Amino acid sequence: MEFLTDLLNNPGITKALWPATVETLQMTALSTLFTVLVGLPLGILLHATDKGGLAPVRWLNVVLSGIIVNITRSIPFAILMVSLIPFAALVVGTALGPIAATVSLTIGTIPFFARLVETALRDVSSGKVDAALVMGSTRMQVIRKVMVPEAMPGLVAATTTTVVTLIGYSAMAGLIGGGGLGRLAYNYGFVRFESDIMIVTIIVIVLMVQIVQILGDWLAKKVDHR
Amino acid sequence: MITIKDLRKVYRQGGDTVVALDGVSLDVPTGKIHGIVGHSGAGKSTLVRCLTLLDRPTSGTVTVNGQELTNVSDSKLRDARRRIGMVFQHANLFDSRTTAQNVAYPLELIGVPKAEIKTKVADLLELVGLGKFANAYPSQLSGGQRQRVGIARALATDPDVLLCDEPTSALDPQTTDEILELVKKLRDRLEITVLIITHEMHVVKQACDSVSLLEAGRIVEHGELGEVINTAGSRLAATLLPLPGDTPSGEGRGPILDLLYSGEQATEPIISLITRTFGIDVNVLAGSVEQLGEQQFAHLRVQLPAGTDAAAVREHLLGIGVAVTEKGGK
Repeated sequence: MEFLTDLLNNPGITKALWPATVETLQMTALSTLFTVLVGLPLGILLHATDKGGLAPVRWLNVVLSGIIVNITRSIPFAILMVSLIPFAALVVGTALGPIAATVSLTIGTIPFFARLVETALRDVSSGKVDAALVMGSTRMQVIRKVMVPEAMPGLVAATTTTVVTLIGYSAMAGLIGGGGLGRLAYNYGFVRFESDIMIVTIIVIVLMVQIVQILGDWLAKKVDHR
Repeated sequence: MITIKDLRKVYRQGGDTVVALDGVSLDVPTGKIHGIVGHSGAGKSTLVRCLTLLDRPTSGTVTVNGQELTNVSDSKLRDARRRIGMVFQHANLFDSRTTAQNVAYPLELIGVPKAEIKTKVADLLELVGLGKFANAYPSQLSGGQRQRVGIARALATDPDVLLCDEPTSALDPQTTDEILELVKKLRDRLEITVLIITHEMHVVKQACDSVSLLEAGRIVEHGELGEVINTAGSRLAATLLPLPGDTPSGEGRGPILDLLYSGEQATEPIISLITRTFGIDVNVLAGSVEQLGEQQFAHLRVQLPAGTDAAAVREHLLGIGVAVTEKGGK
């Protein structure tokens, strides 16, 4: 009981937990938005320009897939993030805070998400694409009216995975000035040895991930008519 | 209605050139159902892809209702494709769309007003017998029902030709017959030309007016069903009217003849005729008699007594329209 009272009176909980949670949610939501906005078209392009795709362009596929996506993905996120600090400062005017962190988070997750999109699109049978083409669809119509809707369960699952990854990355971003729950756990839990705050932070993050996963699974099931 | 002229398709595979289609020519008149049969690797799939212009033929032309589909510009290609409605082996319906939305898809593409789409889709679903399933998703339908939706979708843009690529190969025998009945009904009702590509002889027997045998990228036999069966030595005939597998060879006892004839050409009872004309006993080794379309067809293997002049019998039978092949025996 006493432990609980102490915990509830700890300024780390009363003052810092809520703003940190909001910052994490902010970072995650914004990064998800931009990741999907850029990563979805990139994933479609990866699939379309590939051999046997709707518009095979070998050099473009090599540049996008082999160079941009693979190189970005092979750099460990912690290193990528630090190296992107000057770029983030250039884009949003500051190197600190959740908004600055969003820049590096987004750049770090776009290639990851694009690959997941590519995989989801690959699951749409070529017969459906043929059927759409035979009925006189333009390539744009095939993508918008057939491939994306048919791949929707996979795309929802890909987005869920990306959000969960972003929650994890955002905690890492917190360490280099991004704020949020990562910062809270580091400052209170690690620097000040307040393990109770550390535990509470972990619980909050675990809950977040659980809620996202449950919502994602529910949505994926809802759009799946297969 | 659909005319295919000297269609060739040559692929490059590594350093080799593969001739998938080697000068295919075909003419199917309006309102006829034509079957193209062949083993896998004969070039059926390539032919389908060239007819729908999913692949460009290397040379040759495809003409539907007077309009040449090959050699049109890319922008006109989409309009050209709508003249051929296509039915696939696995229906290839869109799982994210309901039955009605699937049928509406080709109409959405050409910007048909919503109200018009609604009535047209309802009519089409009624036509294929699925009026009650408008709001069902493909996963809730049986294989036969899915194929019906595929047919309705193929008919949505009022094509001149219905191209069916192995339409029943994934269906059970009863459903196969139901789908073929539907195709025949639609042909009668809409006066549409139908091209069925299949490896199932049953489909040809049930539904086709004429048939082509595709082999190594060439049409090696071709004709109306009755014509093909009355052709001596025709492989199509032998597969359309197969003799039971355990037919006794009867070797060493007398000449053996294979007789192929249809009710129209051979109005006389053939066996009695031989017996009376030549005064010999005829032994039937095997036989298959079937009704194909409107006609009766028979494939008999008979043995004549040793020492009979088989050539004379053969001559006589050919004279009354029976196709005869000598199978040896002395």
